[in-house]
Amino acid sequence: MKKETHIHAAERFLSNKKNAEWHDETLWQTRTKRDRQAALIPEWEQLRELASKIKMHTITHLDRYLEQFATAAEKNGATVHWAKDAAEHNAIVLQILQQHEASKLVKSKSMLTEECNLNPFLFEKGIDVVESDLGERILQLMDIPPSHIVMPAIHIQREDVGKLFEEKLQTEKGNADPTYLTRAMRQCLREKFLASTVAMTGANFGIAETGDVVVCTNEANADMGTSSAKVHIVSMGIEKVIPSHDALSVFVRLLARSATGQPSTSYTSHYQKPQKGGELHIILVDNGRSDNLADKDHIQTLKCIRCGACMNTCPVYRRSGGYSYSYFIPGPIGINLGMLKDPKNYYTNLSACTLCFSCNSVCPVQVDLGNQIYKWRQGLNAIGKANRTKKVMSDGMRMMFQQSGVYHAAVKAAPLMNLMPRALIYCKANKWGIGREVPQFAKQSFTSWWKKEVQKR
Amino acid sequence: MGYRGKIGLFIPCYVNTVFPEVGIATYKLLTHLGIDVDYPVDQTCCGQPMANAGFEEKSVPLIHKFNELFDKYDYVVGPSASCVAFVKENHPHILEAHGQHACQMSGKIYEVCEFLHDIVKVEALPGAFPHKVSVHNSCHGVRELHLSSPSELHRPRYSKIKDLLSLKEGVEVFEPQRVDECCGFGGMFAVEEDAVSVQMGKDKLRNHMATGAEFVTGADSSCLMHMQGIARRENLPIQFIHVVEILVAGL
Repeated sequence: MKKETHIHAAERFLSNKKNAEWHDETLWQTRTKRDRQAALIPEWEQLRELASKIKMHTITHLDRYLEQFATAAEKNGATVHWAKDAAEHNAIVLQILQQHEASKLVKSKSMLTEECNLNPFLFEKGIDVVESDLGERILQLMDIPPSHIVMPAIHIQREDVGKLFEEKLQTEKGNADPTYLTRAMRQCLREKFLASTVAMTGANFGIAETGDVVVCTNEANADMGTSSAKVHIVSMGIEKVIPSHDALSVFVRLLARSATGQPSTSYTSHYQKPQKGGELHIILVDNGRSDNLADKDHIQTLKCIRCGACMNTCPVYRRSGGYSYSYFIPGPIGINLGMLKDPKNYYTNLSACTLCFSCNSVCPVQVDLGNQIYKWRQGLNAIGKANRTKKVMSDGMRMMFQQSGVYHAAVKAAPLMNLMPRALIYCKANKWGIGREVPQFAKQSFTSWWKKEVQKR
Repeated sequence: MGYRGKIGLFIPCYVNTVFPEVGIATYKLLTHLGIDVDYPVDQTCCGQPMANAGFEEKSVPLIHKFNELFDKYDYVVGPSASCVAFVKENHPHILEAHGQHACQMSGKIYEVCEFLHDIVKVEALPGAFPHKVSVHNSCHGVRELHLSSPSELHRPRYSKIKDLLSLKEGVEVFEPQRVDECCGFGGMFAVEEDAVSVQMGKDKLRNHMATGAEFVTGADSSCLMHMQGIARRENLPIQFIHVVEILVAGL
């Protein structure tokens, strides 16, 4: 099946004007909150610089730090698993569940499990997966994927959540009060927490020197899950490892401020040892990451701490929504990660960028997201995916601009364009003219003026 | 004034054909300040449109041509932040990627406001412009040429464009909400993603107009051209003017 391009999906998103406006403003508010928090930290820019250097250092010495992390974690009593791809990751999870004869898994939010398509895999094997993050749970009940990596249900309005809960949780008709709805969900989830034997979380950081896993959340759902269940499975990308607690102190100052404009997440939980009589499993997942290490143009994406700040600031993301991108991670980081995963499959997302570079400037670890999008565009022709119109236009421009004579003739003829009938100018082929008037060419170009007024003097 | 030498005027292709008055204003302003200005008439385009669209290699001959034409000048100055930024930031690595010699242009090319502010260090300008203007902080002007402090960065606030405008009598300067959010032009983005592009332009115009300004002004005629196209289509009561046209008023 041919996927819808970002261009068309964005058009569709914008056709619901009120919703699009609301989406833009909501995400912009998050960007504004982030700005306010950043402004309160005098050393904010130094922190970004430091965070970038620590990440770059760690990912370029990943073999060493991963080994150190795994050794320390095992010494703490955790079991470390290595998964080279999504299939291995999912098989390991299933195996752990089967060992404990568990038919249910309570999960906190994890983009890595989205990447691995874990939930559909487990459903097929008869496991009931319960998402415990409020946003993720809403989406699970709606049977739709996240549209943002930090605020997964940011595109859903409270009235829609009210209607959903009426049907699924038998809440009062017409009540869309967020506190009421959250309480209803908490009641419902509590039973699931208490009944589960296995809980799963993602990982924001893995500390090499001590082997602990750090999970940052606002709802304590991860903690509820891991406290009620005897078995805790951590799903962690290999790039999440950092050297030390000193390094962590840099990242925790940046993460929540960049992500949601909070000084810190409500909970920053450190998991070091299994519960008494329980088990702690850490699955370290590669799934293509080690290949990215060898790609000098795009290695920087491995620094990403998944804060979502680049999405909140991206003027295109805010006006096209998370579903307009064909990769499961949207926005500037998603465009890049999609290209790293499978360029031929995800290249159409590359149009969703004006090269405004705002993403570069908000990124807490200084990933050069905009520059990388520019670089990916350069490679499209080589894989046979260049846009034909743009290619023809670029060729035409090169021919015209390379020969001054041709260019000058074109410049002289340009004002004739102004005389063209409106119906010819504003045709379907001229996408400029759909929402804009075309510029009028001047009667006399600067070059003609120069020749007449300056050179002849 | 701390400046000596001859400058080559870089008038980007669309300024040449659509906004020649911006080129003329640049020339008049610079010569008024006693600067020796030349214009190599064989210049065409810096190569940005095709490179941003993904065809860097097609810009290589244009980069060579650019270097040949402007090699003899002490400074190259142009009234378009985006084109200047492309020459400064991208010409060197494009040449390098195509196994060519190092590019000398990067160190001596300036956007005209930057040149007046940092090199010429203009301290006074005669003439008045008794109007309300809203400054359009263009992406490449802000985030590549550093004409003002990007809103994302926690750094001391400054604006070279506002500094220059403050020299002019009568002008009231405003800035829109979301002070340096992109207007949605983006070169071929404007036609490829036209729905998002036009929406961004409409939003930007609404913010500019909310300041009560009569004019939107900026260092990039390309952004202005895009917003002007929308304003004309929507019949919005707002005008557009390049910063140099304000600076040259009454001279």
